[in-house]
Amino acid sequence: MGLEDLLFELQMAMPQVILGVINGAFYALLSLGLAVIFGMLNVINFAHGAQFMMGAFVAWMLLAYVGIGYWPALLLAPLIVGAVGVAMERLMISRLYKLDHLYGLLLTFGCALVIEGLFRNTFGSSGQRYAPPREFQALNLELGDFFLPGYRVWVLIAASTICLATWLVIERTKVGSYLRAATERPQLVQAFGINVPLMMTLTYGAGVALAAFAGVLAAPIYSVHPAMGANFIITVFAVVVIGGMGSIMGSIVTGFLLGFLQGLTEVVYPPFSQTVVFVIMAVVLLTRPAGLFGRA
Amino acid sequence: MAEASVVTGAAAARHEEQGFWGFTRAQAIAFLAMSAVVVVSPFLLYPVFLMKVLCFALFACAFNLLVGYVGLLSFGHAAYFGMGAYITGYAAKAWGVPPELAILMGGAIGAALGLPFGWLAIRRSGIYFSMITLALAQMVFFFCLQAPFTGGEDGIQAIPRGTLLGVFDLTADFTMYWLVAFIFLAGFLLIHRIVHSPFGQVMKAIRDNEPRATSLGYRVEQYKLMAFVLSAALAGIAGGTKALVFNIATLTDVRWTMSGEVVLMSLVGGLGTVFGPVVGAAVIVTMQNYLAEFGAWVLVIQGAIFIACVLAFRRGVVGEIGNALRVKL
Repeated sequence: MGLEDLLFELQMAMPQVILGVINGAFYALLSLGLAVIFGMLNVINFAHGAQFMMGAFVAWMLLAYVGIGYWPALLLAPLIVGAVGVAMERLMISRLYKLDHLYGLLLTFGCALVIEGLFRNTFGSSGQRYAPPREFQALNLELGDFFLPGYRVWVLIAASTICLATWLVIERTKVGSYLRAATERPQLVQAFGINVPLMMTLTYGAGVALAAFAGVLAAPIYSVHPAMGANFIITVFAVVVIGGMGSIMGSIVTGFLLGFLQGLTEVVYPPFSQTVVFVIMAVVLLTRPAGLFGRA
Repeated sequence: MAEASVVTGAAAARHEEQGFWGFTRAQAIAFLAMSAVVVVSPFLLYPVFLMKVLCFALFACAFNLLVGYVGLLSFGHAAYFGMGAYITGYAAKAWGVPPELAILMGGAIGAALGLPFGWLAIRRSGIYFSMITLALAQMVFFFCLQAPFTGGEDGIQAIPRGTLLGVFDLTADFTMYWLVAFIFLAGFLLIHRIVHSPFGQVMKAIRDNEPRATSLGYRVEQYKLMAFVLSAALAGIAGGTKALVFNIATLTDVRWTMSGEVVLMSLVGGLGTVFGPVVGAAVIVTMQNYLAEFGAWVLVIQGAIFIACVLAFRRGVVGEIGNALRVKL
C-alpha cells in the first residue's frame, strides 16, 4: 500500500473518528460530573443521564416557549437543572449518607425513572429538533472532501474548556482544596469550621449542572428526546469503571480516549462499535481492577 | 460511616432455629401458606397473570440470592433472564426441543453467561460491582439487538409451549400453570436449601464481614462466583419459563429497565428476606397490570416507589411484617 492509499484511508476514516471524539467529549463531561459527585458524596448518581436529558429539554423549552436562544440557554439551563439537583440533594439524597452507598444508587435510579417518565408523558417518545445557531457556520471546517460542521468544532472547544476549568477549580483553587480535603476527611474539615453539608449540596448541584451543560451542547447534535440520557449513561458508567473515579483528570482523559477508540471501531468494524467500550472495560478489569487512574 | 449493609436491617433475628429444610417455624408456616395460595389461586384468578407473577417471583428470588445473602447488588440480571428467554424460545421454536429441555437450556445459558460475567464483576465490590454488571448486561442487549437469531426489534414470536415429557399438552393455560408452579416452588426450595447449607453460611459470613471470612481461610472469590452463577442460572430458568408462557421473547427482557424492575421487586418485598421477592413480584406485576393503559406513568410510579422504599421503607413489606412479629420471614 503506497503512501497515497494510506492518506486516502485516513481521510475516509477521519469523519468517523472525529464523531467518536465528539462522543468522547460528552463521555468526559458526564464522567467528570459523576466523579465530582462520587468523590464528595459517595453516591453514584444514576440520575445523571436524566439530568443530561433535562438540560437538553430545558434549552429546547426556553427556545420554543420563551424564545430564549442558544447562548443564554447554555448558562440558564445548567443553572435551572442544577437548582433542581440542589433540591434533590437537600430533600432526598442527604438522608442517605449514613447508609450503604448502594441506597444512593437505588434512590437516584428511582429519580431517573420519575424524570424520564414525566418527560415522556409530556413530550412523547419522539425527538424534538433543536437547530444550532447560524453563527457556527463560520467555524465549518473543510479540508478537501472532509467536512466538519462548525457546531461540532464548537462542542469540542466548549467541552474541553469546561473540563479543564473544572480540573483547575478543583486542583488549583482554595475552594477546590477544601473540596479535596472534605473528600478525604469530612469530619476533620468540618472541625476547621467549613460547612461540609453545604459543600456537599453545592457539589451535587455543580455535578448536575455539568450534566445539564452537556445536555445543552448535545441538543443540536442528537434529537432531544426523553431516552437520550439513559442511552448515554450506561456507557458512561463503563467509562467510569475503566478510568476509576480516583482522579478528575483521569475521567476527562478516559472519556475522550474511549470516544476516540469507539470512532476507530466504527471505521474498522461498525457492528462492534456499541460494545467496544464494554469489552475494554472487561480487559481493564482483568488487568487493572481499580481502573486506569483509580486507587485500589 | 456507611457500614450498615443493605440487608442487616432485614436480618432481625440472628439466632435461627434450624428446622426441616432450614425453615424456622414461622417460615414453615409462611411457606405452607404460600404453597396453598399457589395451589388455590388458579381457580380464582386468571392463570396467565398468575404465571407471570410466578416467573417474576422466581427471577426476584434468584436476584435476592445474590444481594440478600452475599451482599452483591447486580444491576444486570436482565441479561440472564433475557438470554434465558431467547434460548428457550429459539430451541422450542426452531429446533422443536421439548419444553422441559428448553427451559433447562435457558438455565444453562444463564449459568454460561454468569460464569464469565461474575468472574469479571466480583473483582470489584459495592457500587462498582453494580455498574459493571449493568455495563455487561448492556453489552448483551446490544448483542441481542444485532444477532440474527433474536429477531431484532420483533423478537422471537409464536414460541410453541409444546408437550411436557411427551404427555401433557401445555397449550392449555391450566396445564401450563402447574408446570410454572412446580418450577417456582422447586426453585424457591432450592434457593432456601442453598442459603441454609454450609455453603450458604459462608456466603452470609462474606456478606457480613468479608476480611474475616478471608482470614478464616475461605476462598471468598469462589463462593461469590458460585453464588453468582447459581443466581444467573435460576434467572435464566425464570426467563425461559416466561418465554414459554407468553410465547414470546423480546428485547424488553434484556433491557436495563428489566434489571431495574427485579431490583424494585426485591426492594419492595424486602431485600434479604426469604419471602420478600415473591411478595414484591406479586405487588409490582399487579401494579403493572392495572397501570398498563397509562403508558409512561408506570415509569413514574415505579420510580416513586423506588424513592419511597429507599427513603422510608427499607425493610420492604415482608421485612416490616417480620419486624413487627419479631420473626425472620
